[in-house]
Amino acid sequence: MGIALALLGAASAALFAGIGSAIGVGRAGQAAAGLVTEDPSQFSRALILQLLPGTQGIYGLLIAFIALSNIGLLGGQVDTGMSVGTGLMYLFACLPMAFVGLVSAMQQSKASVASIGLVAKRPDQFGKSMIFPAMVETYAILALLISILAINGIPR
Amino acid sequence: MSVLPMKHMVICAKRQDRKAILEYLQRIGSVEIITHDVDETDAVFSRMDVSQSAQLFTKNAAQADKALEILAAAAPEDGSILSAFEGRTPITLEEYETNAKKRETTMKIVNDILRLDKELTEAKADVPRITTQIEALTPWSALDYPLSFTGTKKTSAFIGTFPEKLTEAEIAERLAGYAPDIEAVDVNIINSEDNLTSVLISCLKSDRNSIDDALRRMNFQRPPVSDMVPAAQVDAYKKERDAAIEKIDSTKEKIASYADKRDDIKFISDYFRMRAAKYEVLGTLEQSKRIFIIEGYVPAENAETLEGNLVGRYELVVDMLDPEPDEDVPVLLKNGPFAAPVEGVIESYSMPGKGELDPTTPVACFYYILFGMMLSDFAYGALMSIATFVLIKKVKNLETSMKKTLTMFFYCGIGTMISGILFGSYFGDAPTVIAKTFFGKTLEIPKLIDPLSQPMKMLVLCFAIGIIHLFAGLIINLYTAIKTKRYVDAVSDSILWMLLVGGLLLFGLTTDMVTGMFALNKISPAAGNVGKIMAVIGAVGIILMDGRESKNWFKRTLKGLYGLYGVTSYLSDLLSYSRLLALGLATSVISSVFNQMGSMVAGTPVVGVIFFILIFLVGHLLNLAINALGAYVHTNRLQYVEFFSKFYSGGGRMFSPFSINTKYYTIRDNADNK
Repeated sequence: MGIALALLGAASAALFAGIGSAIGVGRAGQAAAGLVTEDPSQFSRALILQLLPGTQGIYGLLIAFIALSNIGLLGGQVDTGMSVGTGLMYLFACLPMAFVGLVSAMQQSKASVASIGLVAKRPDQFGKSMIFPAMVETYAILALLISILAINGIPR
Repeated sequence: MSVLPMKHMVICAKRQDRKAILEYLQRIGSVEIITHDVDETDAVFSRMDVSQSAQLFTKNAAQADKALEILAAAAPEDGSILSAFEGRTPITLEEYETNAKKRETTMKIVNDILRLDKELTEAKADVPRITTQIEALTPWSALDYPLSFTGTKKTSAFIGTFPEKLTEAEIAERLAGYAPDIEAVDVNIINSEDNLTSVLISCLKSDRNSIDDALRRMNFQRPPVSDMVPAAQVDAYKKERDAAIEKIDSTKEKIASYADKRDDIKFISDYFRMRAAKYEVLGTLEQSKRIFIIEGYVPAENAETLEGNLVGRYELVVDMLDPEPDEDVPVLLKNGPFAAPVEGVIESYSMPGKGELDPTTPVACFYYILFGMMLSDFAYGALMSIATFVLIKKVKNLETSMKKTLTMFFYCGIGTMISGILFGSYFGDAPTVIAKTFFGKTLEIPKLIDPLSQPMKMLVLCFAIGIIHLFAGLIINLYTAIKTKRYVDAVSDSILWMLLVGGLLLFGLTTDMVTGMFALNKISPAAGNVGKIMAVIGAVGIILMDGRESKNWFKRTLKGLYGLYGVTSYLSDLLSYSRLLALGLATSVISSVFNQMGSMVAGTPVVGVIFFILIFLVGHLLNLAINALGAYVHTNRLQYVEFFSKFYSGGGRMFSPFSINTKYYTIRDNADNK
């Protein structure tokens, strides 16, 4: 039972953050494609802005990976007798990344779409346009940090 | 190292030299022309109306560009991957003159290409049009009369279609129903399809009107008229279509045959673009009957050479003035080879405003370190450095801005290599995995901190770098204030904050909460007391000084309290540096994922190794691309948001000299460099 809960935590980190990033990158991609139809030379800039909401998925993967490796599901000894308490600890530790990843990726994509619009009108302002989506990402990074610290703190 | 001082240059020269002088200034490209508002009342000086010529030149340049586009579609230019980075080709002044003489012939070629392209478009449109016509005639191919046939001397003929499938008997029956009094009618079905029956109906001339009437009621429709027998007409159309297809091919060939003139067209496009720019400047010059005046900003370091060259070449007077304090002087940065690459980062934020220092050097130092920590893999850094180094060395005529960007990533790669060694990452944990999978040995990579197993230690390091970064910002702020003799600002905006934040940090290191959390050694309580005192002095000072522009003491204290609230922003700034840890971990964990995936399939002999190599290559390239992007974006963010908020607001205008605004060529004038 404990190991199942721990796995649920690891999976949900990858799951929700991944969903968020998929939605975010998809949304920003539509705007990027629009910009490139108008001005093909903006492709690389549009691509960078499109990829910004994609990092949450990577952070989710990161947490899932650390959790899986700590509970021994990646090539180690699987602790089938893990207590429910420990399993719940893993589950809760993964939650910040799961939820903040989901929501921040979606919100970040809105900033990305707006920034792509900014680049469409003023290509010289690319440096600044990158910062607005990056501001949203801060919260995903903070959640990632807490998830990492929490998983590492769980006694083994 | 610095913002270059500028000179306000005024040239007064003879009117007949104006084009030569402008061309010279355009070629050397180190003067920004100043334009004034028009003074209509001036009796001596006036401006030329050059808009028509400028428009013509712009049009010619656009035509040449269009011709190049057409040419590229007909005969693609071959180029290596490296050529994507290549810049403009330098040509000598002599080559420029020779090519410029050929401009009439080249423009003829340009117009010829444009004409051919028009013909090509028409021919391309002809093919589907003719095909439609052929299709419309196909049902009639069995008819021996032209579609315009109306009958003989005694008879009338009706050629047309019914919108349904009918037999001859059915048609005759219906006709009889609508026109019962006719003597004789002959119905011939030429072609019959599901909902289309093509017929030839003949009758006596005397019955013509009643048949016509009956047919109209039966939804009889006449085909487009043509004077030829349908089969012959179809043949004629087919010939026409073949001719059009042939014309498409021959026109394409003709266009492609101009491929050897591509360089000439490129030149002419540049030539007219330069002339258009020159004429635009010409239109802003103050000219009298015999003389004209150019005003512009020149970097002071170039001023003397420029003056010498001008005086040596033309009869003129040059004045180099120091700009007035209220002038809007453009900003040009100059830095050494280590810092100059990040000038682009400053430019995309904002150029230094009045009295601000050029932040390039400190930004460069931290840029390479922060980027390195975020990517933090020796192999990735090495790949980046090697790739950019090869590009810098191998690509011909690299443009300055591209070279700067590449050099920046070269140094970032070095930073990444160093932090890769510190945190023991070489393609992630690839050495360990490879040693274990293929050689059955355990390999420990030496490292300073293992970010994955000691995240708190790593986090402390990140915060420490953050503190250094933030304090560096405050110190630059202090230095700028002292240099511009704003001593009160120096104390209240920099020193007090350093006292407050430094004091709080010192005090924090004596508390159980902080040291326990980060597993640090507590420092002595005496230092904590010093910290407390520092913080209190800082806080009180900020309350007193932050609202100093208000005269009212009550308002001033309130503003000061609000200013003190800004200390929370230091907390969030500091926490922001945790992204160094997060992004560094992202790189290493994802590389471990790929390494592990590779090692899972590596068991089977030979095939396993191939799969391992495949997964390894694809996985690490992907990881490098994604994380280099992340490192780039977040390094910029730390510089723009955390670092710049401490001392830099920008607002300067970038120096944009009057220069050759070309796409394909630059002009190298040996005489100019002397």
